[in-house]
Amino acid sequence: MMEKFNSSQPIYQQIVEKVCRMIVRNDIQGGEKLPSVRDMAIKLGVNPNTVQRAYQELERQFVIETRRGQGSFVIDDDTKKETLRNELKTQYVSLFIKDMQEMGFTPEEIVRGVKEYLEPSVVTKGGK
Amino acid sequence: MTETIVTFDKVTKKYYRTPALKNVSIQISRGKIVGLIGPNGSGKTTMLKLMSGLILPTSGKVSVNNRAVDRRISSEVAYLSEMDIFYSFFTVEDMIKYYHAMYQDFDLEKSREILAFMELESQKRVKELSKGNRGRLKIVLTLARNVPLLLMDEPLSGLDPIVRESIIKGLLSYVDIGKQTLIMTTHEVSEIEPLLDSVIGVKGGEIRGVAEVEDIRSECNKSLVDWMKETL
Repeated sequence: MMEKFNSSQPIYQQIVEKVCRMIVRNDIQGGEKLPSVRDMAIKLGVNPNTVQRAYQELERQFVIETRRGQGSFVIDDDTKKETLRNELKTQYVSLFIKDMQEMGFTPEEIVRGVKEYLEPSVVTKGGK
Repeated sequence: MTETIVTFDKVTKKYYRTPALKNVSIQISRGKIVGLIGPNGSGKTTMLKLMSGLILPTSGKVSVNNRAVDRRISSEVAYLSEMDIFYSFFTVEDMIKYYHAMYQDFDLEKSREILAFMELESQKRVKELSKGNRGRLKIVLTLARNVPLLLMDEPLSGLDPIVRESIIKGLLSYVDIGKQTLIMTTHEVSEIEPLLDSVIGVKGGEIRGVAEVEDIRSECNKSLVDWMKETL
């Protein structure tokens, strides 16, 4: 099936994020070759120029490297992967916190809420 | 690299007294996939026909690939009509041979490849094909031509989601982006959005807006459909 993209963010950015997530989840290993621009475009159902732009952006962020005549490869570097992991964490935590604060939750409530969600049994026992 | 493939210079087209295009000037760059969007009767098909030499402007000038458009521009332009243009008693194979005989640039090998991709049986008669498969056949015949400009009038309209997806994938696989330019009209705007480099919004015979699709998203935080609602 073709990929669904959300409508307010540029598609190339969504592809960049998708590739980053795949790397963090180990769906693609360090040193592994990415599909060619054309194959990726067909797979996702998007314009090849958009994929090209996404690959350029990933290269700029040192997530992938393009070897002349061979294609694009994921950087084989654990430190880089760890950085990527942390960046994604910060990004999603900050999105979540911003939403929660907009609704008027205090930092204590947010922390407690997260803990309860992750370990419901522990907290209910402790509460009694 | 932003060389121009199509130029409209103050083009007006009237059908009898009714104006279909009013003093339109625009340049379209090469190597892109461009969507021509707008309500029914806005002038989209008229623009495509003017680029393909099927009709001539009442005033103004249209040029394609640095040539003023006349009927012979068909050697540089492949046009997919919204209507069915086939002899119904022809088989798929006959159609391929017919196109091969008609157009010097028709790539027989490529046509076989796309035919297989679209899973069309070459021995079937056109009249036995479903609407979806007729839609696919039109795509095969258009994409197998090695021409700088491909024009498609509503290639997805009235087709089911599976056929639409196979057509979209066919376009991505077989349009030689960089060398070829594809200009298509469509109402399936949100479906086609990821495919497009840029859009031209047309209404009432006038151009209401031109934009790069990714710019609409990054600068205005809007989808193409929202942009359309505002522009048209």
